[in-house]
Amino acid sequence: MTQAVPLSAEAPPAATPPELGKTPRRPGWRRLLVLGPLVALVVAALLPYLQLPLPGILDGPFNTYGNLQLFATCLVFGGLAASYDLLFGRTGLLSFGHALYFAAGMYGTDVLVTRAHLPLWQAAVFTLVGATILAALLGAIALRTTGIAFAMVTLAFAQVGAILVARDFGGLTGGEEGLPIDGERLPDFLLGVGNTVNLYWLALAYVALVVFVIARVAGSPTGRVLAGLRDDERRVGVLGLDPYRYKLVAFTLAGGLASLGGVVYVLILGGANPHVTSSELTLSLLVMVVLGGPGTRWGPVLGGILYMYLDHRLTSLAADLPGPLGQPLFVLGAIFILAVYFFPGGLASLRGRVALVSAALGRRRKDETVS
Amino acid sequence: MSDPILSVTDLSVRIAGLHILQGVSFTVAPTGVTALLGRNGVGKTTTLRALVGLTPRGGEVSGSARFGDRDALHTPTHRLVRAGLGYVPEDRCVFAGLTVAENLRLAERPGAAPAYDRVYALFPELDKRSRQRAGTLSGGQQQMLAIGRVLLADNTLLLVDEPTKGLAPKVVTEVAEALAAVAEEVPVLLVEQNLAVVRRLARDAVVLAAGRVAWTGAADKLLGEPELTKALLGVGSQGVHA
Amino acid sequence: MSTFVLLTLTGLGLAALYFLVASGLSLVFGLADVLNFAHGLFLSVGAYATWWAAGHVPGAGPTGFGFVLAAACGVVAGALVAAVVELVLIRPLYSRTIEQVLVTVGLSLAGVALLQATWGADPRPFPRPEWTRNVTGILGAQIPNASLLLILAAAAVLALLLLFLRFTRVGLVIRAGVENREMVTALGIDVRKAFTLVFAIGGAAAALAGALGGVYFGSVSPGQGGSLLIFAFIVVVIGGMGSVVGSAYAAVAVGLLQQFVNYYGTAGLGDICVVALLAIVLLVRPQGIAGRAVTA
Repeated sequence: MTQAVPLSAEAPPAATPPELGKTPRRPGWRRLLVLGPLVALVVAALLPYLQLPLPGILDGPFNTYGNLQLFATCLVFGGLAASYDLLFGRTGLLSFGHALYFAAGMYGTDVLVTRAHLPLWQAAVFTLVGATILAALLGAIALRTTGIAFAMVTLAFAQVGAILVARDFGGLTGGEEGLPIDGERLPDFLLGVGNTVNLYWLALAYVALVVFVIARVAGSPTGRVLAGLRDDERRVGVLGLDPYRYKLVAFTLAGGLASLGGVVYVLILGGANPHVTSSELTLSLLVMVVLGGPGTRWGPVLGGILYMYLDHRLTSLAADLPGPLGQPLFVLGAIFILAVYFFPGGLASLRGRVALVSAALGRRRKDETVS
Repeated sequence: MSDPILSVTDLSVRIAGLHILQGVSFTVAPTGVTALLGRNGVGKTTTLRALVGLTPRGGEVSGSARFGDRDALHTPTHRLVRAGLGYVPEDRCVFAGLTVAENLRLAERPGAAPAYDRVYALFPELDKRSRQRAGTLSGGQQQMLAIGRVLLADNTLLLVDEPTKGLAPKVVTEVAEALAAVAEEVPVLLVEQNLAVVRRLARDAVVLAAGRVAWTGAADKLLGEPELTKALLGVGSQGVHA
Repeated sequence: MSTFVLLTLTGLGLAALYFLVASGLSLVFGLADVLNFAHGLFLSVGAYATWWAAGHVPGAGPTGFGFVLAAACGVVAGALVAAVVELVLIRPLYSRTIEQVLVTVGLSLAGVALLQATWGADPRPFPRPEWTRNVTGILGAQIPNASLLLILAAAAVLALLLLFLRFTRVGLVIRAGVENREMVTALGIDVRKAFTLVFAIGGAAAALAGALGGVYFGSVSPGQGGSLLIFAFIVVVIGGMGSVVGSAYAAVAVGLLQQFVNYYGTAGLGDICVVALLAIVLLVRPQGIAGRAVTA
């Protein structure tokens, strides 16, 4: 009845990360992937020279004033969503207050230019520094809690921002009306309908910068700690690293990047609007990131661009659509719920799925030729 | 010997990428106490929790576990328990904010008369303290409550996880005596670090090491050979002869 | 003195509104771990259903017993919507907390948009029974009756909830489940059945808040639930998730603080003080006044 099994003292083997087992198969294709973002950037930068009308997708050719402004907005939100993903997708922090730093960027710049009569570049630098410090301070408090409590505290802090803006303390923010930026203080190349293309390029530069910074962070040792925090905070603690510090770094950086987006957006919009302080904006950021694919390089950017595009497009089509379909948020909310159920990886997971399908098809085709 | 009440075959559990259990197989006899032993962290509690369907979120369980005519790994926890699988968890897990009476009332199972007589005969203390909040009980009393609420119903197998952990020596003896009385009626799969208690209660023993079964056999034989005990459990210290 | 009484009672009226929203939110979070962003939608559903019933359901109307019937329709609608949301959208994602939050976020966006598509974005005048437009003199202060109605309703809901939790078997399961859900299933109880019920109860209380809030504000609009929701969240966190009594204390603290500071300080300052209170409570006592730890 007694059966002796040899004793093994080794610890159970940890799972091998799948990436390690994979060897690059086609070096040429890999090189193209590295160049891909650059090519995309150049193409996006050249788009305003495109006269081609895109019926159904856009009203008129790409380089009309309206379309350029729309795409500049889309790009800013693509960058903003990517900065939010640094928290949600890469560090596993569910913040409901990210809109605060975006709004701080907008209102900071606007107030310093319009009320304090500073030149734009000074206003932008002060705002950026101030908003980043704000993110560091509020993050230092909020990160003392975790999980749902953290979500609530960030939501509440953002609510303070919304109240400050809406109540118009000291007559600085213009309250519900918003605050149009003083054009006299802005450089000429950002003014006027004819210069919208410069705003588009500015937005493109912003999104490129955000993607670059986040990719650098994600590839660094800090990025690996952040990924570890997302997957299992306890294991990072066991390694003797202080999770709080790393989370604070991510929170501060994300806040700074968001405020830079606010600086760009206030120029595109020609002023600040209290709508950007609402908790609804943070909720939409969550939708953008989840639709695009959390924790991926391009997913959040694409999610942000697509979301803003659909929001705008559905609004302009609203009159032609029956019932609730005329409400952009109804359509986006419904798509979002479906995405949570059926595409947990977001748009970014589609590439993998398409690859699987095409691989399966390719195999079948090969089988057919053989037989 | 008749058929086992529980047969575990090739049970594997992965939690957060770690293989906690790697193909564990053993059986539990339909009478008496089977002790599940091993050093800290070999997966004893993981085994019990997997059997009762309480593997933490994100954990993957494979293999099979026949409990009577059921597949324990694919039956929801509450159904398993209603089918007679009683579970006394590690650290008692009584509801601290509820009174003793409420803790017991919660454990009444629909369609069966609760056996308060049996519970109060075994643990008269629970009757006396029925209006007290469970959180204010001593560790030993909480353990009695944790066992008592499972005994309200008729079980076909009890899973008991470290019932004497953190208890004073005198209370350890009380709890062990109570478990001995319980084991007269119903088979028990017992996880226990205190080898004196194991010696007092267990007939069979299963020893885990590094996520696998390292030894199975009679508990007497395991504890009777100090060399074997030491090799498998790393201790002779926890008072085999205490 | 009369100002003090007025501010206290109107503050309590506000607290009553917060409590009606927060109690359900707190139970749902405490038992099922679902941070329910769609809870504001239940409130809006209750408000619109009451408004609709007052015009369409036979016997219901804007005043007297007719209004009671209309509000009852609103409460039933809120409970039904909440139960359906739990069964259809939340239950398939059982124990996947983040996905559940995401679904309720999507639902709150889509649901409010649906209300907007159906009844328009602008506030609609709400049926207000004659009595609620008047004031009652208490200790020299003229108190709006709508505030008194809210306080009475919230007190009644608090009493009913406590009786239910204390004396029924489901209440026992809920209290135990808030403490340790896993252990409840390990006693042979299908705790998920209680989830649906808790959602329905929370939906009903929120819908009542919607109906009475409509009376209090005099109008109903699709976004009304959302703006109350943030303060309800704050109440839940301060009070401790899963604790009805904690929610009641926290609601009173938040309502009074807001009312007094907004009156004696600048308008809006009270709201900011509430957030400061939240920050202080969380830093000093992360589990809230009366709940289990929310940091888990």
